[in-house]
Amino acid sequence: MRPDSRLLLFLSLAGVLLVSACATPRGTGDLGIVIERAAGSVQVVETTTRTRLARVSGLGDLSHASVVYSRDARYAYVFGRDGGLTKVDMLRRRIEKRIVQAGNAVGGAISQDGRLIAVSNYDPGGVKIFTADTLELVADIPAGSGDSARRSKIVGLVDAPDRRFVFSLFDAGEIWVADMRTPRQPRLQKFSNIGKLPYDGTVTPDGRYYIAGLFGEDGLALLDLWQPDKGVRRVLDGYGRGQEPLPVFKMPHMDYWAQSGGLAYVPAVGRHEVLMIDQKNWTETARIAVAGQPVFVIARPDGRQVWVNFAPPDNDTVQVIDTLTLKVIRTLKPGKAVLHMEFTPRGENVWLSVRDENRVDVYDTETLERVTSLLADKPSGIFFTARAQRIGQ
Amino acid sequence: MRTRTPMTGIMLAALMSLGPGMAHAEVPETRQAELMHLLTQDCGSCHGLKRRGGLGPALTPEALTGKPAVMLREVILHGLPGTAMPPWKNFMSTQEADWMVQMLLEGRTDAP
Repeated sequence: MRPDSRLLLFLSLAGVLLVSACATPRGTGDLGIVIERAAGSVQVVETTTRTRLARVSGLGDLSHASVVYSRDARYAYVFGRDGGLTKVDMLRRRIEKRIVQAGNAVGGAISQDGRLIAVSNYDPGGVKIFTADTLELVADIPAGSGDSARRSKIVGLVDAPDRRFVFSLFDAGEIWVADMRTPRQPRLQKFSNIGKLPYDGTVTPDGRYYIAGLFGEDGLALLDLWQPDKGVRRVLDGYGRGQEPLPVFKMPHMDYWAQSGGLAYVPAVGRHEVLMIDQKNWTETARIAVAGQPVFVIARPDGRQVWVNFAPPDNDTVQVIDTLTLKVIRTLKPGKAVLHMEFTPRGENVWLSVRDENRVDVYDTETLERVTSLLADKPSGIFFTARAQRIGQ
Repeated sequence: MRTRTPMTGIMLAALMSLGPGMAHAEVPETRQAELMHLLTQDCGSCHGLKRRGGLGPALTPEALTGKPAVMLREVILHGLPGTAMPPWKNFMSTQEADWMVQMLLEGRTDAP
């Protein structure tokens, strides 16, 4: 064999190896997205080896960005502040498609059957529905209040069983249920006077109850999606006991319903407390004093712990609540501006975005010690693909 | 009756620019960087990183056209009761709030 043919053989073999390495099938169950809010980019991360796999850029203004996943967990749908809706391929690590569908948006949801993407818009206020595969507009639901032409900002948009989307009208104080069985003609059921300024909403993991947190008054609005005709109920009415709430320097969130042992944990607005609700009769059972005003209150998947982060000026702190003793068992100081927390699918780790330190910290939830850190450019939301299989996420 | 001459307008404009200009000088550069960070990140939580609005209204120069600087400063310091806008007076002085208003009205996002 001549030397150059040997070289050719080597090169072709190497080529085959290279191609097969790239084409090695892999799953997406241990992947996730970290939002880099100021840079308009996202990182594709992997939770098994706790590493960054890639950065995908060109997603626009990602302040308050959030993500839902296709049911095969292959694609991430990233909802940007600027109305951008970007479909990211988690395996090829690139943008599959991107549209700008409104002037100002806040989040979205994927339908029960995975075919529709709904986006929650501030301006113009309403919900737009797209096909999940091509991002083609299917339906537009402008959110006017009653007979008024004034549009309302939409918050707390989630999917619910029986092909429904549920959302709240911030300005109008309403909850709407959109039945998507005929996608091009959503059937709306509207509930008015649910309370002042619903700031966010979520659905219980079984998809039965939709809960909107209220900013304008002390309480939560509860809708039983199994029997919506019974209407919206007020729960935890007047939990502030008439005391003036503290100024709120960052809105709390209801990202995912935190529950453990039949009890739910929710942030108290304008108070340094986490409220606990008995989900059988929807009454307050206890409240836990915490280091500041809670923003996210999230439960480890097994419900053994609840982790809480806070609004400024306490946003350098994270507290861990033990759900057996209902006591804060650890106060962590990860760094300035802890914006979001996400558990790995079975909860052995939690990832925290520490915006002002340009870091994502990974903690072991058993030892409550930091395991590792990843560099990220002003990270905010962290979203793992396990969300693909959960109602309301 | 006196009519307002173009000259008066120019002088008014000069006076108006003098006010925030003085406030500017009173805020040290390191503090300016902190305030710009607060403006972008914390105000940005509700008003958007690019100030184009969110749960709170847009704060671009166009959006703020016609709104007096003093009023904006008071809203920053004392909030707007009945809305989600909180008082920020524990985070900054009056001069610092004036400086932030100036940054908003000029549409500036660059910190020193």
